[in-house]
Amino acid sequence: MIELCYVVLTLAALCFSYRLLRGPSLSDRVISIDGLLVVMMSTIAVHAMDTGRGSFIPVIVVLTLVGFLSTAVVARFVEAGGA
Amino acid sequence: MLGEALALLGCVLVLLAAVGVARFPDVLTRMHALSKATTLGLLVVLIGAAIGVDTFNDVTSLLLAGALQVLTAPVGANLIARASYQSSEIPHRVDVVDELSSPDEPAPRW
Repeated sequence: MIELCYVVLTLAALCFSYRLLRGPSLSDRVISIDGLLVVMMSTIAVHAMDTGRGSFIPVIVVLTLVGFLSTAVVARFVEAGGA
Repeated sequence: MLGEALALLGCVLVLLAAVGVARFPDVLTRMHALSKATTLGLLVVLIGAAIGVDTFNDVTSLLLAGALQVLTAPVGANLIARASYQSSEIPHRVDVVDELSSPDEPAPRW
């Protein structure tokens, strides 16, 4: 069942990467990068449950905060007419 | 076993969000798919992992990450929606209530 989790997350990352490469506007790319961050966080959590080692779990907290901060900054950039 | 099942459910929700982001036609619908489905999906994955791991320190870190995601994801989605509206990628429609268009200039700049 854990292996199926990895497969599903890989498919999700492929879909987000498609939108990241294809997306017509900057907002689409920000959305897909946000999705890729969610996939990374889920992968870290599943991996911690798989191996039983929680060394990387604080990275999830850091990724949450960095993802929100980058989204807010890029939103300000787009709203100011940057791109 | 319960933790693994919850993690798989959350991964499937994240996959549904990804399919929505890849296939929906414009920015606002893509963001709708992303923000709702990944918030719930990541929360379910983190709760499943919190059930699955043994150390108490890891459990609290996972729950903290889930709480932070629930707090920040709607705010970020709102900011991106506003920004992409202001940068005029949204077609203006006159048959719906449009709270973000200013009354002075009814059509936003294209």
